[in-house]
Parts: sequence; C-alpha cells; structure tokens
Amino acid sequence: MSELTKMKVAGARDALRAGEVTSVELTEACLSAIEEAGALNAYVHKTPESALEQARAADARIKAGDAPAMCGIPMGIKDLFCTRGVASQAASRILEGFRPEYESTVTGQLFDAGAVMLGKLNMDEFAMGSSNETSTYGNAVNPWRRGNDDAQLTPGGSSGGSAAAVAADLCLAATGTDTGGSIRQPAAFTGITGIKPTYGRCSRWGIVAFASSLDQAGPMTKDVRDAAIVLQAMCGHDPKDSTSADLPVPDFEAMLTGDIRGKTIGIPKEYRLDGMPDEIEQLWADGTAMLKDAGAKIVDISLPHAKYALPTYYVVAPAEASSNLARYDGVRYGYRAKLEQGDGITEMYEKTRAEGFGHEVQRRVMIGTYVLSAGFYDAYYNKARKVRTLIKRDFEEAFAAGVEAILTPATPSAAFGLGEVTDEDPVQMYLNDVFTVTVNLAGLPGIAVPAGVDRTGLPLGLQLIGRPWEEGDLLNTAYALEQAAGFVAKPEKWW
Amino acid sequence: MSIDTDTAARVAKLARIRVEEEQLPALAQEFSNILDFIEQLNEVDVEGVEPMVSVTPMRLKRREDGVTDGGMQEKILSNAPDAREGFFAVPKVVE
Repeated sequence: MSELTKMKVAGARDALRAGEVTSVELTEACLSAIEEAGALNAYVHKTPESALEQARAADARIKAGDAPAMCGIPMGIKDLFCTRGVASQAASRILEGFRPEYESTVTGQLFDAGAVMLGKLNMDEFAMGSSNETSTYGNAVNPWRRGNDDAQLTPGGSSGGSAAAVAADLCLAATGTDTGGSIRQPAAFTGITGIKPTYGRCSRWGIVAFASSLDQAGPMTKDVRDAAIVLQAMCGHDPKDSTSADLPVPDFEAMLTGDIRGKTIGIPKEYRLDGMPDEIEQLWADGTAMLKDAGAKIVDISLPHAKYALPTYYVVAPAEASSNLARYDGVRYGYRAKLEQGDGITEMYEKTRAEGFGHEVQRRVMIGTYVLSAGFYDAYYNKARKVRTLIKRDFEEAFAAGVEAILTPATPSAAFGLGEVTDEDPVQMYLNDVFTVTVNLAGLPGIAVPAGVDRTGLPLGLQLIGRPWEEGDLLNTAYALEQAAGFVAKPEKWW
Repeated sequence: MSIDTDTAARVAKLARIRVEEEQLPALAQEFSNILDFIEQLNEVDVEGVEPMVSVTPMRLKRREDGVTDGGMQEKILSNAPDAREGFFAVPKVVE
C-alpha cells in the first residue's frame, strides 16, 4: 500500500487511466499514511469520508472515459482555502468553527477536475510566518532530520503542512499560497517543488486574504512535471476576482522538453549575501554550471533595489493585512470573546481580536495600522510603494536586455530547528524570505526546485524566476535543472 | 525610529486589539525594531517615481451594475457567533 502514496501525479494519472490502480486505492493508501503521521502535524482537519466519496466518483468518471488529468488524484489543501462545509481556519483561533458556505475558485476547479481532498493542511496563522510556528494548531514538523540527530526541524512556512505532507508522501500533491515566499521556502526546506505563478494567474476568490497585492496560490509537488499538471488545473480567469488575468492558459506539461539551448539565464550579483553559508554559494554555482552545460547562456545581471525588497515587503504586506484582517470582529463568523457585564461593542472587538489573533498576526496588523496612520502614510506606505516600482523596474530592465529566467538560491539556509529563531526578534525570521520576496513584489512567477543537500543531509533548493505569464517556459527551465541536478533523496521514515 | 508606549497604545487602539498595560513596553520595543529595519528605505532615491498601484498593468473589467447574487440570509448567518431573527446580534450599541 505504502508504494501507492509515493506515486507522482503524472504516474498516478497514467495508471488510473490504464486501470492499473483506482482512486479509492490511492486515497485509502494516503489516508492510512496520514493516520500514521500524527507526529508531523501536517493535517489539521481530516476529511476521510468525503475523500472516499470523491474517489468513488472519480473512479466512475475514469471508467466512463471522462478523466481530466487531476481525476482521482488525492491532494492536501492548505487551511487558507475556503472549502465548502469543511473547517477553513487559516490556522487562526479567530476562525474557530468557521465552515464556509462556499468553495474557493481554485479548490472548486480542482474538484471539478476530479481531484480528491484528503484534508486541510497546517500553516502559519493567516500565512504570516516562515516556520509554521505561528499556527493555532501547533507546529508542523519537517519529515527531514539532520543525519541521526532527532531534533525537530521546521518544514518552513507559511505552507509548512503542505510541504511536510508532500515530502512525507501523505498526498500526491498539495496546494499552497505564497505572499513572500510561502510556497518556495517550505518547498526548498523539504526537498520538493513549488511554483508561485504570475500575480493574477490563479484566482484569489475564496482564499483567506493576507496581502491582496502579493498573494498567489500555487501547487507543491514531488517534481516539476507534477507542478505543471496541478498548476494547469488551478489557474485560469475568474470573473469573481477582479485581478484575475483574462489570458489563455497554455498546456504547461506539453512545454516540458528539457531543451534550454540558447536560453539566457541571469545571475543577479545582489543575491550574493554577506555571511551566506558556503553550501548555498556552492549550490548556486553548481546550478549555474548545470544550466550552462544544458546549453543556456549565463549572464551576470544587476537588480540594484533587491536589497530593499524585505523592508518594502514589511510595509506593504502588514498594511494590506491590517485592512484585510479588519473583518475579524467577532460579528459575522468565527470566534467571539466572552464579554463582561457592561462591555460594549468596542470591548467586543478589542477582546475578540486580542484573544483570537496570535502574537505575530497582532504585531503585523498593528505595524500595518501604524504605517497607514495619519502622518506616517507618506513616509512609510507611499515610500514603500515607490520602492516597489523600482524593484519591479529592475526586473523589467533585465528582461528587456534579453534575460529569460533568473537563477538564485531559494533560501539563505537549510531548514532550521523549531524554536531556533526566537519570537523576540521578528526581523531574523523575516530574513528567510530574502530571496523570494522580490518576486511577489514584482508579481513574477518563481519556482523552487530541490538541487542538493547540505553536509547534514538536508535538502537545499534553487529558485528560478521567470517573465510574467511565462510559467510554461519557466517550468521547462526548471525541468532542465531538475534533470541535471538529479535530486531523488527522500526523508527516512521516523514518524 | 523609537516608538514610545503611548504610541504603541494608540496603535493598538486603532487596530482594535486589547493590549494590557504591562505588555506595552515590550510591544513598543518590537515596533521600534521593525521600524528600524524599515528605515533602510530612506536610502532610496524615489524622486519622480510613481507609487505602485497594480503589479500587473491591467484595466479593471467593467460590468453592468446589476444584482447577480443574493437571497441567502441563512447561509450568511450560519457562521455568526450570535444571530437572532435573521440578524447578526451584537452588544447594545445605542443607549
């Protein structure tokens, strides 16, 4: 049975169509793997009954010859996606008990295509975090360990549960979302593939909003081909999201030729950070050499404003969050604090939000409130929006000069230990997103691909950044990198 | 930029988050650290640069100003912590 959970989406799709396996068998195998993996705390709301119902329906469709690529594929869904009738809490206490009456566009599209939902996956509260340590459900745990050391490591964040579930074969693929690196950083920490598409590719409708100008959904998968297949099913125009792009979606999988001869790949010098571990430096050099060997032309480029991406992000994202999270007031859904005799509506708001939001979320909402407040709006918020224009312009200039993709490390380190980066110094945690956050600010597609291991055996990832709407081309470059890197390591099962 | 406890208290009030008096100094310190980090932006020359409005240049689609959805009072109230007689219920607002 356990071999079934190790299948990839492409292989499972072909086996399902050939009648070699049923969706019910795949789903049951995943459900029992999930039951054994409580120690990873990846699934926070399990839906075994509806999963088997979906699997039976998928088997019937496949039998009838009506089988889209995702038909019968068991998936995990990040808790940030609203799923009809199933708890959707964004890993926050403030959404305790919330069961949406509607389905997010992305999950709706996946289910229409026949995908099976095994359950909801752990994450940082409201997707604010880089280690899955801000979750109301407790930490998700990385299935990888440093050699024989049994210290628990973070799977990254915010899509930590998604990353742990895919890496530990608790599903064939998962959904994630990425506001500053929340798909790519956890993918890199767990040796899997994750792509954040161009802003506007995936509908944001029904996904709990964090920072609306940065949020994008994307797949987290076991390889690049699977990323192409799952992304295909997730994206497309949605009239319910006014920022959703009304553009045709190409056949991403058909674009995976592995041929990148003559492609121009940029290496940004500003990504060479002081104090970056040698292993990351080496991985980046190795990745560059692999793309060169595959026939790509390597050019040095400059993204002069990249170093301002994190401070820009920590103005823009909290500002948007403070506005988006204003809706959690204890009136319409979720948690309401117990009130004392004589408490009025203001006390209800203040107590509900103090008890319902965790510390990091409160901190970001308040920073956002501050940078938007009278007297500071220009100095902080408008300033950050101007720097954001410059950050995007750097990329536009590189692309205009002929660069077709940009190669960088995905993260400044391998997965760190849970509790290692303390809550008192939030900026230290924010540095995790130093390589990924520029991509959100510029609205570009970015993909993390596992490319090697560090000296303790932990996976390390590289990031490729593409031109807007060129996910197909980006996936193909990632495919070439994946083939050259030949990363096949899996975590040894201890859970 | 150093944030004092009065500013921290004012921000908490604006954000409608109750913060106990004794937690204010630590909160003010955290704000100061984050704002110090953000201050790096002062190094950037943004003279003549437009603030970004939309990351992908797009014109928002227009549609007829008509009702396309509705008539689902029960569904809308189904998640309310307190709903009565078809309404959201809250503590008394007007004396």
